Amino acid sequence: MSAVFAVERLKKSFGGLDVTRDVSLSMARGDRLALIGPNGAGKTTFVNLVTGHLQASSGRVLMDGEDISRFSPMRRVRAGLVRSFQVTRLFPEMTPGEHVALAILQREGKSGRMAGNFHAMPQVMREMNGILDTLSLGALASVPVGAIAYGQQRLLEIALAMALRPKVLLLDEPAAGVPHSDTFLIENALAQLPDDLAVLMIEHDMDLVFRFAKRVVVLAAGAVIFDGSPRDVTKDARVREAYLGSYAHAGSAA
Amino acid sequence: MSATGISTSAAPAVRTGRPWQRDLIGVAVILLASIGGYVLFPDNLALLTRIIAIMFLVLSLDLVTGYCGVATLGHAALFGAGAYAAGIAAVTFGITEPLSMIAIGAIAGAAAGLVSGVVILRGHGLAQLVLSIAVIHLFHEAANKASAYTGGSDGLSGIAPDPLLGLFAFDLWGRTAYIFGIVLLIAAFVLLRILVRSPFGMLCRGIRQDPVRVSAMGASVKASLIRMYVISGVVAGIGGALNAVSTQVVGLDSLSFTNSAEALVMLVLGGAGSLFGALAGTVVFMWFEHVVSAANPFHWLTIVGALLIAVVLFAPKGLYGTAADLARRFARSNP
Amino acid sequence: MQVFFSIGVDALAYGMVLFIISIGLSVTMGLMRVVNLAHGAFAMIGGYIASYAARDLGLGYGFAIILAVIGTIVIAIPLERFLYRRIYGAPELTQVLMTIGITFCVIGLANYVFGPTLKTIPLPADLQGPVNLGFRTIAAHKLFAIGCGVAVALGLWFLIERTSFGVKLRASVDNTAMAASLGVRTRIVYAASFALAVGLAAFGGVIGAELLPVEPYYALRYMVTFLVVVSVGGAGSIPGALIACLLLGAIDTTGRYLVPEYGEFFFYLAVIAIVWVFPRGLLGRAK
Repeated sequence: MSAVFAVERLKKSFGGLDVTRDVSLSMARGDRLALIGPNGAGKTTFVNLVTGHLQASSGRVLMDGEDISRFSPMRRVRAGLVRSFQVTRLFPEMTPGEHVALAILQREGKSGRMAGNFHAMPQVMREMNGILDTLSLGALASVPVGAIAYGQQRLLEIALAMALRPKVLLLDEPAAGVPHSDTFLIENALAQLPDDLAVLMIEHDMDLVFRFAKRVVVLAAGAVIFDGSPRDVTKDARVREAYLGSYAHAGSAA
Repeated sequence: MSATGISTSAAPAVRTGRPWQRDLIGVAVILLASIGGYVLFPDNLALLTRIIAIMFLVLSLDLVTGYCGVATLGHAALFGAGAYAAGIAAVTFGITEPLSMIAIGAIAGAAAGLVSGVVILRGHGLAQLVLSIAVIHLFHEAANKASAYTGGSDGLSGIAPDPLLGLFAFDLWGRTAYIFGIVLLIAAFVLLRILVRSPFGMLCRGIRQDPVRVSAMGASVKASLIRMYVISGVVAGIGGALNAVSTQVVGLDSLSFTNSAEALVMLVLGGAGSLFGALAGTVVFMWFEHVVSAANPFHWLTIVGALLIAVVLFAPKGLYGTAADLARRFARSNP
Repeated sequence: MQVFFSIGVDALAYGMVLFIISIGLSVTMGLMRVVNLAHGAFAMIGGYIASYAARDLGLGYGFAIILAVIGTIVIAIPLERFLYRRIYGAPELTQVLMTIGITFCVIGLANYVFGPTLKTIPLPADLQGPVNLGFRTIAAHKLFAIGCGVAVALGLWFLIERTSFGVKLRASVDNTAMAASLGVRTRIVYAASFALAVGLAAFGGVIGAELLPVEPYYALRYMVTFLVVVSVGGAGSIPGALIACLLLGAIDTTGRYLVPEYGEFFFYLAVIAIVWVFPRGLLGRAK
């Protein structure tokens, strides 16, 4: 099977309300996919279903053909499905170096070791410094995260994702909260992600979406209404309808 | 975060320098303090040994509360389990070799740590607190009712440990017990320093700061916490066993809510999240208790309460944390 | 049958006393998110004041109750103003330490002022004897406690569902920031609910003195009982608290009747079992 990640007919309803309706999509290695949609389209629910924080009413989530629908969030991460957070979730008293080292150790199954220290593990140190330097965080390696700028914390979120070496990366609004003038930093960081990694990005910033994504999926009212190239998305009538409502047609006439 | 938030990390976050240097300083300070105690208070060695035993309890509590962020009012269960196990081993089963008694205490502490960890970690917030209080009461009642083994409310007496290593008898002045306690304490301190610096120690600090991020890294928060609880049980169990060996009695108060709460007070007084803080808090609190309750036992509880309120309001980082902050500020202004 | 009936009445009376004392804790915990370990201390203060008023001053039972409620609120106001306000929104450990500190202080002071012995609150003649219900007789004070519990539940229901204060209270519980921006003076709502909670605790402390005897360690002895009511019932839920109180009352009373030797052991075991099964409370809202 060529798809590294697939979602099949995913459904979720709260009470009688269908928030996710028959969502299917699949990704191959190296895909750069952006998931967009107006507010209330069900993007957050979709992320929670995929990461396992919510149980789907029906449908499947597959990694490399294996059904991970019943996996706990933690097992999904171990299977190679890693997410970043819309609002940074980091350890305020720990340094970027410790963050990345912990992620590397966790990936290697060494985070339970009760002796030694990563500073004395040359391989871990080399990889950690490599990742931090790639994202221009090297100078901040030993400053507590609580004391560094928000934009750099966003970069550290991406650094953590890199250190975990996932097969599929779910980026939940990686540029959220970053001033528009600094989005290029995030963009540069995303360009450093490994080529064979499948990346699913949820984002509002359309400039970023158009520069990053090779493919765009539009979610509206819990259902996929568009799946295609970024060039075609703005021309699609249903997408215009979903975003602009009745202004869609007026807009095209003007 | 509110200004009055009790910080659970008295220690500075960054420690990239030579960590072994700090360990050596720590060991040297403990050694100097114990020699000082021996020379200055030769008649109070029993009290000093009891302080050492309680240090194990507070260090153990520091592992789960200071490093992992679990708020518990039932930690004496681990200490009391170690004390009773060592005592029962000696009285009922005739195992009076001191090192074996300590080992039995450690194992019983680990088992109690596993049980109370599994129970307490079932809940969060208020439920967690309620479970921890219920656990210590349950242990207390169980020990009270199993009086055939524990002596019930009269306490377990008649513990007569053999000479240490077959050479040093436990004397009337408590010299052997004191030196034995110091040696155990230094060994535990060094091992715990290694533990908190290790990848696992780092993982636990991460769990305290953001468990969601830890599980998003693929690590199991609950399994890690339970593991830390078991380690914490070993530490507390050694303390309990040491207390049984040195005082030769085990009372129900070792399994009490008050003992748990006082351990928490000592930890926060010294500074949670730092081994030095745990040690300093225990010494200050217990010495203070010794002086005050000798002068006026009636007011002891009132003073503990006032002390707690004062720490929350004025020194949320505890004595060690506040002192470390001051020292750092001083160092910065005088390079 | 006789035993069954006695257990039922005792359990009901005990549950209702628990309810009167704990419901204030539940409301303030739902509202201010403060883990208040000192709540039992307020019930104890109420008991002491009533005992002093009735025994030493020779006042009537009704007067003693009123004095206890007002006196406890007066004592609690400066505590709210200078100590509790500092820990609203603080981490749990901070709240635990502060309120356990207050508890220790209250116990120490009670021990100093009133001594370590049990204090009784003499009941009026009307409440002393048994009441004949036709088929059975019940101790009048137990009936009185049950009646007070029902009255408190109905009164609170009316206050919260039918008055403008109730609307503000519910709004503040649901979303403090939103309520504040809609013009609800949350600080006043906080202070008023705190006073209400303390007053109810004191009331329950007096009414329940026959079942939960007043002595210095009262505040520690029943701490877990009051907390578990809130934890099991779900913070801020009146029906939840009522169910939890009746359940705990039944367990505790049955244990005392049937296995008096192991009563407390089974009580704590039951507490662990209940919280284990309902870690978020019976009617608690998921966070």
